[in-house]
Amino acid sequence: MKKVIVIDYGMSNLRSVDKALEHVAGNHWQVQISNQAEEIRRADKVVFPGQGAIGNCMNLLNQTGMAEVIKQSLATKPFLGLCLGLQMLLTRSEESGDTAGFNWVAGTVRRFTEPLFDPDSGERLKIPHMGWNQVSHVLPHPLWQGIPEQSRFYFVHSYFVTPEDRQVTVGTTQYGPIEFTSALAKENVFAVQFHPEKSQQAGLTLLKNFLNW
Amino acid sequence: MGLAKRIIPCLDVDAGRVVKGVRFVNIRDAGDPVAIAQRYDEQGADELTFLDITASSDARDTMVHVVESVASEVFIPLTVGGGIRQLADIRRMLNAGADKVAINTAAVFNPELVAEASSHFGSQCIVVAIDAKQVNLTQKLPRWEVFTHGGRKPTGLDALEWAKTMVNLGAGELLLTSMDRDGTRHGFDLALTRTISEAVNVPVIASGGVGTLEHLAQGIIEGKADAVLAASIFHFGEYTIADAKQQMRTQGIEVRLC
Repeated sequence: MKKVIVIDYGMSNLRSVDKALEHVAGNHWQVQISNQAEEIRRADKVVFPGQGAIGNCMNLLNQTGMAEVIKQSLATKPFLGLCLGLQMLLTRSEESGDTAGFNWVAGTVRRFTEPLFDPDSGERLKIPHMGWNQVSHVLPHPLWQGIPEQSRFYFVHSYFVTPEDRQVTVGTTQYGPIEFTSALAKENVFAVQFHPEKSQQAGLTLLKNFLNW
Repeated sequence: MGLAKRIIPCLDVDAGRVVKGVRFVNIRDAGDPVAIAQRYDEQGADELTFLDITASSDARDTMVHVVESVASEVFIPLTVGGGIRQLADIRRMLNAGADKVAINTAAVFNPELVAEASSHFGSQCIVVAIDAKQVNLTQKLPRWEVFTHGGRKPTGLDALEWAKTMVNLGAGELLLTSMDRDGTRHGFDLALTRTISEAVNVPVIASGGVGTLEHLAQGIIEGKADAVLAASIFHFGEYTIADAKQQMRTQGIEVRLC
């Protein structure tokens, strides 16, 4: 049996991710939450779910030594980043003053500008961007398999990633005037701004695709 | 195309059972939270809200089990409210699988809780529930006051100012209930909803008074709400969530269709 680890860094709501993975794991995958470096190193695949402020997140990862384990995982095995797990892959984030990320993908994490208006209706858009929005598959990827183009996923965030290399963007989402990268892929890493664990069928399919990837 | 407006069915839970006359057809056990949550999920609910109305504190643990079982079967956002008084309560609910908690009375008595909770767990999971009642019915410019204990106890707080304060302290979303309309089936208090929604930059969920599908659309179009919450029209099987979304769509509202 293969093992997928959901990395526990002490802040995130891991339960939802764990439960959704369990739901699609079948007989071939064991799902485990762990904060143990050795266990994570031995895992076949890892999922990093992140929530909250990125400054706190990076501080915790650096203090606990988890940052090293994540860097190793990024270099060696299938890695799925969710929400902050996407944002932390970039060079830096505007959030929490100015926070350094893993620089696995060159680029910055920026905040939605306020006030933000819908160009068509003129209506003011709320921040955080919260709820179900559509994802365009701008590049093909095995994790999109069985997910219709423009499927809706559940989002909740105030910051979005702007990678320098356009080739890493595999999915985009439109919020008012801003079209942002909602899914990014580079080699063995796939990361999304939305929450597949809370996105019903489309989300479960994506998680299943990750296990099959 | 873009972000969809949300429909959120609300389930009142008493000692682990959904109450308030749920009459689904083809559900063997109409009070079972998991069965009802699954039904709403299949119909296309965008989120679910559970309000724990259990009176005795001993039965509170039951709610944790309810959340755990629902979260194992239903993969849409879950909000839990009722009896959330301290950080430990929030942690327990999040660990059980809730995505957000709604804080109501505790925010009134201890506003700092909202600040602590949002810095600890992130604003995205802190919903502040505001129960408001109009207090100057005769005047042209309406004013609303915050009430607690199911609309029985006035707090002296102005609802609009309170909403802004809560957002400044870190509330990621507001669940706004009109106590004048709650249970009447006469529609949302649209003036209240619009006043608050236009004054804050976080999403506002309109609640209280839905009796028809048209009311839901009004909450979005006239009330400027980002999401609408309803209980009885869905519980009694009069309408499904899919019906509601079709209706909203014909009015030009962007919805998520399953």
